[in-house]
Amino acid sequence: MQTRKISVGRRELFCQPGESVLEALLREQVEIAYGCRQGSCQSCIARSLDGAPPVAAQAGLKDVLRHQNHFLTCLCYPERDMAIGIGSPEQRFCHATVTGKQLLNAETLLLTLRTDEALDYYAGQFVNLKRGDGLQRSYSIANNRVHARNLTLHIRRLAGGRFSAWAHDELKVGDSLEVSDPQGLCYYLPSGQPRNLLLIGTGSGLAPLAGIVSEALHHGHAGEIHLYHGSREMDGLYWIDELRGLAAQHANFHYTPCVSRGDAPDGVAGGRANDVAMKQLPDLKGWRVYLCGHPDMVQQSKRQAFLNGAKFDDIYADAFHVASSTLD
Amino acid sequence: MSETTATLYEQLGGEAAVNAAVDIFYRKVLSDHRINRFFDNTDMDKQAAKQKAFLTMAFGGPNNYSGADMRQAHAHLVKKLGLDDSHFDAVVENLATTLQELHVPQALIQQVAAIAETTRNDVLGR
Repeated sequence: MQTRKISVGRRELFCQPGESVLEALLREQVEIAYGCRQGSCQSCIARSLDGAPPVAAQAGLKDVLRHQNHFLTCLCYPERDMAIGIGSPEQRFCHATVTGKQLLNAETLLLTLRTDEALDYYAGQFVNLKRGDGLQRSYSIANNRVHARNLTLHIRRLAGGRFSAWAHDELKVGDSLEVSDPQGLCYYLPSGQPRNLLLIGTGSGLAPLAGIVSEALHHGHAGEIHLYHGSREMDGLYWIDELRGLAAQHANFHYTPCVSRGDAPDGVAGGRANDVAMKQLPDLKGWRVYLCGHPDMVQQSKRQAFLNGAKFDDIYADAFHVASSTLD
Repeated sequence: MSETTATLYEQLGGEAAVNAAVDIFYRKVLSDHRINRFFDNTDMDKQAAKQKAFLTMAFGGPNNYSGADMRQAHAHLVKKLGLDDSHFDAVVENLATTLQELHVPQALIQQVAAIAETTRNDVLGR
């Protein structure tokens, strides 16, 4: 055992033999939240910026957090010098060019970008788009990881939405945008386990879910994959034929479009997507659940999925918070 | 460590036991019509973390609960939704049945219930 150097932002401090990173940080009066000091409460979480942390320091963390080198400082006895981050990291942007614009339905735009550098993203993550004057909005990546320099995003026109109106009406093929590093923990990691997946999305919440489905099928996911896409009315849905086609090609992929208002045509379920899904799949024990879209739907579905037997750690959610009433 | 000096938390199985119990316990609480209305407007993730912290404490494990925190966290439930002894009893009952399902010996369940009991007056704001 020897003394290890810990870099936190611009500070450097030393972790003594037998001392946890948390103890060293507190001794040096670095601000960090902490609670139990025994790996239970997970308050003192940090991220290793220069490679994997000790495995023992990741005990009990959700797989996507482990995957991104998060660890608990109270359980971390460094085996080497470490650079770590506490709290949210600074955002990094890279330059991108618009390579395509296509309407998916009356209100949703499929925007394709090519980034100058390959982005290291996972299907289901999101990026922040920034235009020249600095206005930024978050959009989920709708394609799989194979296309590292191409991103497709679904941009829904929101009433009074400054960015979405601009993207729909003014942004042209060949224009430039800044794209942030991919973010978010609602994504698919191939595990090799034949686990069943349930994905529920409303509106443009289909974007990350379509990326996850594509990624899972690309990896030959062995479990069943059930996708429910909901909107109030038929004109809020999109990619119906494409997803039906995908279901015809893959025996383990099942797709159910849902409308919550009025009569549902043949092949479309009537009711809210989460209610339809939970009724059809009453036993979610051992399933992984992905939820994207309206915050109320996400919140309600988390509870429903949990009560139907899904474990908390197996529920991945991305609530689309917007200052607008048009998202459903 | 010999068996006689093992703490309650160690006898129950520590953090692994908390993890095994938390999903079962919270599922019971949310399905219990006597008390689930108290959890209607809560953020599930934050709530799950709180349930885990509560179980860790009730299992005799490391915790930072103070009586004042408990009081403050439940004050609006007492005031607006009428949280009372019957609801507290229901939570303790769910805790006990959770442990029974996990085949925890009755003597240990009684110790857990006794620790939970120490929070009653703070939770109910008395």
